[in-house]
Amino acid sequence: MSSPTSRAFATRGEILAFATLAVLLLAVLPASMEIFRLNLFGKYLTYAFVAIGLVLCWGYGGILSLGQGVFFGLGGYCLAMFLKLEASDPEATKIQSTPGIPDFMDWNQLTELPWFWVPFESLGFALVAVVLVPTLFAGLIAFAMFKRRVGGVYFAIITQSIAAILTILIIGQQGLTGGVNGITDLRTLKGWDIRTDEAKLVLYYVNAFLLLGALVFCHWVLGTKFGRILVAMRTREDRVRFSGYDVASFKIFVFCLAAALSAIGGAMFTLQVGFMSPSFVGIVPSIEMVIFAAVGGRLSLLGAVYGTLLVNWAKTTFSETMPELWLLAMGGLFIAVVLFFPNGLAGLWQSFRQPLMHAIRRHAPAGSVVADAAPEGGTR
Amino acid sequence: MFEGYSWAELGSIFAMQGFAGLSLFSVLVLMALGLAIIFGQMGVINMAHGEFMILGAYVTYLCSNFFAENLPALFSGYFLIAMLLAFLASASLGALVEWGLIRHLYKRPLDTLLATWGLSLILQQVYRSVFGAREVGVTLPDWLMGSFAVTDMIEIPINGVFVMFLTLGITAGVWLWNFRSSWGTQMRAVVQNRVMAGAVGIDTERIDRLTFAIGCGIAGIAGSAFTMIGSTGPTSGQLYIVDTFLVVVFGGAQSLLGTIFSAFAISQSQSTMEFFLSGSMAKVLTLLTVVTILMIRPQGLMSLRVRA
Repeated sequence: MSSPTSRAFATRGEILAFATLAVLLLAVLPASMEIFRLNLFGKYLTYAFVAIGLVLCWGYGGILSLGQGVFFGLGGYCLAMFLKLEASDPEATKIQSTPGIPDFMDWNQLTELPWFWVPFESLGFALVAVVLVPTLFAGLIAFAMFKRRVGGVYFAIITQSIAAILTILIIGQQGLTGGVNGITDLRTLKGWDIRTDEAKLVLYYVNAFLLLGALVFCHWVLGTKFGRILVAMRTREDRVRFSGYDVASFKIFVFCLAAALSAIGGAMFTLQVGFMSPSFVGIVPSIEMVIFAAVGGRLSLLGAVYGTLLVNWAKTTFSETMPELWLLAMGGLFIAVVLFFPNGLAGLWQSFRQPLMHAIRRHAPAGSVVADAAPEGGTR
Repeated sequence: MFEGYSWAELGSIFAMQGFAGLSLFSVLVLMALGLAIIFGQMGVINMAHGEFMILGAYVTYLCSNFFAENLPALFSGYFLIAMLLAFLASASLGALVEWGLIRHLYKRPLDTLLATWGLSLILQQVYRSVFGAREVGVTLPDWLMGSFAVTDMIEIPINGVFVMFLTLGITAGVWLWNFRSSWGTQMRAVVQNRVMAGAVGIDTERIDRLTFAIGCGIAGIAGSAFTMIGSTGPTSGQLYIVDTFLVVVFGGAQSLLGTIFSAFAISQSQSTMEFFLSGSMAKVLTLLTVVTILMIRPQGLMSLRVRA
C-alpha cells in the first residue's frame, strides 16, 4: 500500500520486484531448464492465476473461497471441449460406431453430440466461454450469498460443497464429460499441434505474459478506490455499509474477478498439459490453491506467484523422491504457515528486507538517501 | 423415475431404502454432532473431523481383531468396548490437537480451516504408514448380522436399527450435557463471550480443551458406526467432511435438533434416490438441493438467533 500522499501507480520497490519476477519468468526459467521441466513450471504458473485471484478476494476482500477449482476447471473444460471436438473430426474417428464425436461419447453409446457441446465447435465461442461461463457462475453464487449478507465461514463451506458437487457430477456423467479421466488426447489448436516442444515453448511464453499482465491489472485494481473499499470492507464491513456503499456488489465483483482469473489459468492449463480432468476441480485442488496463496502471503500478488512455484516445485520434487513424506511435509507446511507466518513468504521477506535496507542506507553517502521510504510498506 | 412401479411396490421401496439409509443417518448425525459442537458452538472449522472419525474406525478394527484372536468368547460384546475405546482415542487426540494447534487460532476462524486441513493430511499419511493403503473391514458379531423381515418385501437390517438407537442415546446425552449440565452452561458462556466468561471465574482454556475433545470423541464413535456401512481406508474420512459440514450448516449451526433433522433429510433423500438413479446422481441432487435451500435460507432449517 503506497502512502496516501503518493498517488503513483507503483513505488520504485514495487517496480523492481515486478521486474525481477518478469526476468525470472521470461529469461531465467526458460534458459535454465529443458522443455519438459519448463512445461512443468508453465503448469505451475497456471495455478498462480488462481492464487492471485485469491489474494484479491481472500487477502484483500476477506472472502475465502474453497471452490476456486470449480472456476479453474470450468475454464479448462471450456477450452478442452473445443480442442476435443477439433481432435475428433470424422476422419480421425472413423473407426468409431459414430464418427465425428469425441471417443469417450462413443464408448458410452452416445450417437450424437449433446446440445451444449455444439457451440464449442467455434474457437471464438470457446474463448468467450472460457471467461464468461465461470464468471457468470461465480456471479450467480456470489449474488445469492452476498445479497443475503452471508459470508465468512458459510461462504467457504458453500463454495466447497459446490466444488464437491461439480466433481461428482463430472465423474458421474461419463458420456457427456469424459468422466474421471476427463477430456484427454487433445492434439491441435486450429491445426497447430500443441504437443510439440516448440508449441510448448510458445505456450509457456503466452502463459507468462498473460500472468504478468494479470499481475499488473490486479495491482492497478488494488490501487484504485475499489481496492481501498475492499480493505475497508474486510476490516469493518458494517461501517462501509453505513457510509452508503453497496457492500454486496463490491464482493460480487471481486469474486467474479477472481473466478475469471482462475478460468484463464484453467484454459492455459488445458493448452499446456493437453488434458483436463475432474481432479483439478474438487475439494483437494481447491484447498491446495488456497495454500499457494497462503504460503506466498495472502496480501502479496507477487508473493502468490512465488508461493505457487515453491509449493508445486516442492510437491513434484518430494513426490518423485519420497512420496510418503510429501503429505507429511505439505501438512506441516500448512500448519507452520498458519501458526508462524500468517503473511507467508512476502511477510518473511518484508521482515528480512527492512533491516537490510536500513543497513544499506546507513552506508550510502548522505545525499543519495532516497525518499521512497513508505514506512508502513505493505507488499503487493 | 417412478414409472413401472405400483403404489405398493413404491411404498416398500421407500421403506426399504429408508431403513437402509439408517446407518448413513447415524454416521452423519454422530459426525455432525461433534462438528456442531466444534464448529457450531466454538466456531472452529475442523477439516480434520473426518480423520478423527477414521481413527475411531481403525480402533474398532483393532478391537475386532484383538477379540477375534484372544477373547473369542467375548467377541459378541466387543462392539460396545470398541466404541468406548474409539471415543477415548479420538478425544485424547482432540485434546492434544487443541493444545498444540487450535488454541492459538480462536481469533482467526478461517485459519483454523487451513491448519486443520494440514492436520488431516498428516493424519492420513500416518494412517497409511501404520495400517497400509488398503481398506480394512470389520467382522460384525452374529447378533448384529441379518435383518428382521417385516413383510415379504420389507426387511430391516439389525445393525442399522442398533446404531440408530445408539445415536439417539448419544444425542440425548449431548443435549443434556449441553443444556442441563454446569459444564455445558460454562461452555456456552465461553463461546458467547470469552472475556466475560473468564472474568466470572470460568477456566476458559480448560473448557475449550474439554469441549473440543468431546466433539472429536463423538466423531470417534461415528467411526465405530462407520465400520458397519463401509470399509475403512486412510482417506475414507475425507469423503464425509463436505456432507457433515452441510448437515451442520443446513440444520442451523446452533441447533442440535436441526442437525438431526437435516442429517435425516440428507441421508434419507440420498438413500431413496439411489434406488432410482445412480449413486452419484443421487448425491449430486441431494447436495444441490441443500445448497440451493441454503442460498435461499442461509440460517439453516432451525436457527436460534437470526444473526450471530
